[in-house]
Amino acid sequence: MPIDIIMPALSPTMEEGVLAKWHVKIGDKLKSGDIIAEIETDKATMEIEAVDEGVVSEILVAEDTQGVKINTVIARIIGDDEGTAPPKAAAPKIEQPVVATPPAAPAAVPPPIPAAISAKTGERLLASPLARRLAAQSNIDIATIKGSGPNGRIIKIDLMNAKPSAAAAATPATPATPPPATIAGLPYEAGRYDIQKLDGMRRTIARRLTESARDVPHFPLQVDIEIDKLLEARKGINIQAEALGGKVSVNDLIIKATALACKAVPAANATFTDEGILLHHHADIAVAVAIDGGLITPVIRNAETKGLLQISNEIKALAAKAKAKKLMPEEYSGGTFSVSNLGMFGIKSFSSIINQPQGCILSVGAGEPRPIVKNGQVVVANVMTVTLTCDHRVVDGSIGAAWVVAFKGFIEEPMSMML
Amino acid sequence: MSNSFDLIVIGGGPGGYVAAIRAAQLGMKTAVVEREHLGGICLNWGCIPTKALLASADVFEKMQHAEDYGLSSQNVGFDLEKIVARSRAISKQLAGGVAYLLKKNRVTVFDAEASLKKGAAAPIVIAKSKDGKTQELTAANVIIATGARARTIPAAGLVPDGKMVWTYKEAMVPTEFPKRLLVIGSGAIGIEFASFYRSLGAEVTVVEALDRIMPVEDAEISELAAKAFKKRGFNILTSASVKSLSKNANEVTATVESGGKSTQIIADRVILAIGIVPNTESLGLEELGVKTDRGHIVTDGMGTTNVKGLHAIGDVAGAPWLAHKASHEGIACVEKIKGLNAHPINPLKVPGCTYAHPQVASVGLTEANAKARGFEIKVGKFPFHGNGKAIALGEPDGLIKTIFDAKTGELLGAHMIGAEVTEMVQGYVVAMGLETTEHELMETIFAHPTLSEMMHESVLAAYGRAIHI
Repeated sequence: MPIDIIMPALSPTMEEGVLAKWHVKIGDKLKSGDIIAEIETDKATMEIEAVDEGVVSEILVAEDTQGVKINTVIARIIGDDEGTAPPKAAAPKIEQPVVATPPAAPAAVPPPIPAAISAKTGERLLASPLARRLAAQSNIDIATIKGSGPNGRIIKIDLMNAKPSAAAAATPATPATPPPATIAGLPYEAGRYDIQKLDGMRRTIARRLTESARDVPHFPLQVDIEIDKLLEARKGINIQAEALGGKVSVNDLIIKATALACKAVPAANATFTDEGILLHHHADIAVAVAIDGGLITPVIRNAETKGLLQISNEIKALAAKAKAKKLMPEEYSGGTFSVSNLGMFGIKSFSSIINQPQGCILSVGAGEPRPIVKNGQVVVANVMTVTLTCDHRVVDGSIGAAWVVAFKGFIEEPMSMML
Repeated sequence: MSNSFDLIVIGGGPGGYVAAIRAAQLGMKTAVVEREHLGGICLNWGCIPTKALLASADVFEKMQHAEDYGLSSQNVGFDLEKIVARSRAISKQLAGGVAYLLKKNRVTVFDAEASLKKGAAAPIVIAKSKDGKTQELTAANVIIATGARARTIPAAGLVPDGKMVWTYKEAMVPTEFPKRLLVIGSGAIGIEFASFYRSLGAEVTVVEALDRIMPVEDAEISELAAKAFKKRGFNILTSASVKSLSKNANEVTATVESGGKSTQIIADRVILAIGIVPNTESLGLEELGVKTDRGHIVTDGMGTTNVKGLHAIGDVAGAPWLAHKASHEGIACVEKIKGLNAHPINPLKVPGCTYAHPQVASVGLTEANAKARGFEIKVGKFPFHGNGKAIALGEPDGLIKTIFDAKTGELLGAHMIGAEVTEMVQGYVVAMGLETTEHELMETIFAHPTLSEMMHESVLAAYGRAIHI
């Protein structure tokens, strides 16, 4: 019976560490108390000791590997006499001393925390299997989620609602942390995965969004907007537009409203530099378009001066070019403000990562009928949730809020866009 | 008897009577106003009596194939009157059961037609009984559960006459057996009647306006169903619409247009199964300003309408038009009124069943819908001919199809055709309700030999691990 040796949590806040040095190699005989390896955290370097006796059979994480998550299996040992190795205690009691005292040399390698035990209370944590898996996939500690199911059971919807605040990446498949340098350092057995080569676009997405998420002090502002009037207005507009051979989408109206809000609150249509803040004269709206292998943001220039049909036609043309990967650099660079819309996927709300050097990005969720309270009564209205992510270096809370209020005004009273 | 209640339910169908019993359990003083019969369409003219008819048809078919099982039978025949009488007796028995349940729970039943009084702060229900007397009933909350009835299209002559052009109601109590039957519409109702009459030997034609029968089902299941029905001798016309019906003394001629061509179908009887319209007239909804959408009362999924104290559940509150949806919505509505932690209905977790031969059952997203919503999916399929119990039963035709979200392992949908699938689908509904992933389903032990083993195999197949295929 091989025994797993896992990355220990050396402090209550530790999530990952550096495996700095191995003191053993494959084939070494271990006895209890032998030093196995050195682990570095952001605060200190510590040695870990063997608790079980046996022979080192596998070393799964190379020396000097950064960012090894706690509870990752780093090595395996085989018991001295095959088959009668002392069963490894699975009880989480060993966990407690490690968490409680961050000593220089922790005596034990803690086993993984069984999913059903809350580290905080020791009580059984009620969560659906799907919720547990979603939490694990998003690196969310499920014990921090409030459950809305029967008896407070944590269900899928709770994870979906928690995600925006849990620093989930806005754009699909965008890595939130720099990828580990080598595949060899990962605990995945060869042959159990395929390797997809990084192309230029993927590298750019990884680098730029990592930089943005890391370097830009950003914060989200979220608001619910009623869209019944907008949908009504769109119907009217489209009767006219169809006569001209076009059709205006809700997204086109959102872009128009975004541009007008940028004119109403110019301080939000801005770029931070060390030499000063650029206040842009025009609303050049970058629109996120998903394409095969990634995403790109073609730009509608001077959108505040353009009519809906023109905006609609330009987006259609740019999106088609983007999907064919034929956009010219001047068509996708130089945007001053971004819009990302995942409403068509039914996403309720999300907060995007800022598309530098722009100051803000607007994330648009699905418009859907929801119960709302109006004059003290619950009524049903079509509502969409939008989230403005702001670069705090240029856009303070009050400016961001002013922009959101302006935008909400245009959407809820679409006729005001005509003024 | 006081006419003041905590809750009045208008309509005693599977939505209304279940809501009333739940309210009584929660200590509310409750009344039901029912104009025709307790149990509603479901119990009297829908779900239950058709199952009784189809049970007769099933036994009849089995008797005709007795030799396949090593049995012999001669002079196999049927007595239409007795088949109908059995079906009616079952409805009557169960309607009596509903009356008993309401009485046991101290729910007051008014045998009357209800309307709502305008201009009152709290809802007032005017109950008009058959002898013309009216009385006013008051309650803090009123639930409208008046259901729906068969849709008609007068412009094309698609209007029941009670003799030759039927709705489900007449089709349920035939006095003569129609040798030639035209069924317009291939949803659950149309297909079940087509199956029943075909089993007893009628020449059956099914006309569907869309490009496939049972259009709400997964396309692959629709196709298998069409194949199975054609094998049983159905004449199926898709992408076809009935433009007119002309009647003479003993037959009906339908003009059917399909692909630009016009054909004539002559039938003894026609069944209209082209959808439903909600029963909202004469309630006084407009005067109260109740918001509706194409006739259906708009709610938040837990029955709340835009008018204070007024709620709506079941068919009258929109799709899916199913008894079990109505019952569940009724319970959610009452629990919300009571301030309990109620949740709106998720239409993707409402199963649907069609009790034809073969049966069809499904829950959740179809393969096409899952793709349209942007899911990356894994699809598992397992055929009946790979299952020992299916072979032993003499039911080797059918398929169980499961659809998973490839990223999260969430079960998005399950679609089934074949023997007893209407009983099996519940397993997947429970799994979806508990939010299991493929892992828990794979780890579950299914009894052998059962048809349910195919549910396991279908999940395994989605991940390339099926054993018996």
